[in-house]
Amino acid sequence: MDYFLTEKQQIIRDLCHRISQEKIKPVVQEYDESGEFPWEIMDILAKSDIFRVFIPEKYDGLGGGIFEMSLATEELSRVCSGIALGFAATGLGSMPILLFGNESQKQKYMTKVADGTIAAFALTEAEAGSDASNMKTTAEKDGDYYVLNGVKQWITNGGVADIYTVIAMTDKNKGSRGATAFIVEKGTPGFSFGVKENKMGIRASTTMELIFENCRIHKDQVLARPGMGYIVALKTLDRTRPGVGAQAVGIAQGAIDVCLKYSREREQFGQPISNFQAIRHMLADMSMQTEAARALVYAAARMIDSGAKDISKESAMCKCFAGDVAMKVTTDAVQIFGGYGYMKDYPVEKMMRDAKITQIYEGTNQIQRDVIASNLWKK
Amino acid sequence: MNIVVCIKQVPDTTDVKIDRNTNTLIRSGVKSIINPYDTHAIELGLQIREKLGGKVVVISMGPPQVIDSLKEAVSMGVDDVILLSDRAFAGADTLATSYTLAEAIKSIGNVDLVICGKQAIDGDTAQVGPGIAEHLNTPHTTYVNELCNINSANITVKRMIEGGYEKVEMDLPALITVVKEVNEVRFPSIRGILRSREIDVPIWTSKDLNIDFTKIGLDGSPTQVVSVSTPQINTQTEIFTGNAKEQVHKLLEALNEQKIF
Repeated sequence: MDYFLTEKQQIIRDLCHRISQEKIKPVVQEYDESGEFPWEIMDILAKSDIFRVFIPEKYDGLGGGIFEMSLATEELSRVCSGIALGFAATGLGSMPILLFGNESQKQKYMTKVADGTIAAFALTEAEAGSDASNMKTTAEKDGDYYVLNGVKQWITNGGVADIYTVIAMTDKNKGSRGATAFIVEKGTPGFSFGVKENKMGIRASTTMELIFENCRIHKDQVLARPGMGYIVALKTLDRTRPGVGAQAVGIAQGAIDVCLKYSREREQFGQPISNFQAIRHMLADMSMQTEAARALVYAAARMIDSGAKDISKESAMCKCFAGDVAMKVTTDAVQIFGGYGYMKDYPVEKMMRDAKITQIYEGTNQIQRDVIASNLWKK
Repeated sequence: MNIVVCIKQVPDTTDVKIDRNTNTLIRSGVKSIINPYDTHAIELGLQIREKLGGKVVVISMGPPQVIDSLKEAVSMGVDDVILLSDRAFAGADTLATSYTLAEAIKSIGNVDLVICGKQAIDGDTAQVGPGIAEHLNTPHTTYVNELCNINSANITVKRMIEGGYEKVEMDLPALITVVKEVNEVRFPSIRGILRSREIDVPIWTSKDLNIDFTKIGLDGSPTQVVSVSTPQINTQTEIFTGNAKEQVHKLLEALNEQKIF
């Protein structure tokens, strides 16, 4: 399918493809096993300007948007969605600053992100997952400062990021209108990290607890206004969901890539298994579903970049659809590989483990369906 | 620090075949690349610039198609590129080539360090780097695998020798040729690629240089390639049939016949 990419978009895609093939592919298994954060790859991505793709030129970016972020995420995820997430979650972590930051906040932080500084977004808590309004982390006003207390859970890029956007309750009585978004820098006194999670998939991505104990944050670090924390979070997620969709499309495409190669090489009954209709039809379905997911992700990303206001439904649709496709396609990929597919020596079992998270994070696919449904009767 | 890196465009030899009738390289359809050692020279130039500031200029001599290789150097982040291209330069051996490159480096002016790859993968002479240094009357060190120290006055490097290395200190200006072990070559950056697509590569001809015309091109080349040939490969293959026992038996018979044992 031709998506009529601009010259710059083609450069982004091709360069990410080259980096994936030459630098990421050889270390995929190693990072999947160790669970270490792939600093060496982040360094390459930074030097190649990949972190700049979604940032305006004013802040040393390349002037792209969600579409460019999605293109890079997809192409990197084709080889390793865990490693790609170091980049993609930086997009999520810095998006609140890009959307709601004042000029000096953007100047200070977005230029750093453009250079490859890792960022993270902290909303989830132990008892506040899909029900984010149940969060317990508080930020109490004390003069020019807010004092943060509480624990954020399962934070992607936690510990490795230097910049965090943290949502905390400034006024519990106001419910969802009592939350505020803060920019918190690593190293701030009272801000520490808990356990590093041992995950099923995307193991090259670091997931950690953030612990706030009387952590004093100056009021200049507030994003938008006090009380706007939920709006900041929701508007951010509306814009970054195509990134998760793109990650899912990349995982699915990566699974198809290896299946096409394997099914030509693997012989049974005296011929390559790619001759069998059973395999051919599976691959035809996998390709169709992946292309449909890609088309939906690209369309949603372009719609967001056009400046459209009502994007919740489309953003939820592309994330949900692509996540479900990735899960199905990778499951089928393991099936095509047969017994070999179940072994860690072959790449598809990892892809299947990685795919699962795309149905869970940045809003479970059940929550996405709620969002879609609630928009169906609007207008 | 003003650095000049000399590069050569070469056929990707992993693809190259030789026409057995004419004994020449079959160039058609073969991708041209920057000589791999030269990419390490570019990388070292960029690393030194990142440390000390200054400018990295990449030059190359060859036909207009070399513009593509120079644009690739731009995509990696070098400041300027210059192509030396003129029919008068054609047919140059290593002496004439190094003379021409040296004259171009003189024309650039105020160059502190020249970096070349240790040799080109097509000619394998390893003479052009040292040749340039001789024409420039500067010290040089070949086969450099590590840059130990560099400041505005001098440079210290390690050069590979059999069974070890030598540590060499030279006053600047100087020339070094590098091996692949010296660094890992970076990827191009998006901004670099965008700039490379826009840049107009300046082309210098013999008229742009202050040169002695008897020293360039075919006329300035005391060595000339008379012929190129490939070794005859005389192998006869026999595939044994039968079960494993029979095949082993036949193999032993054949080895005995050839008096190998």
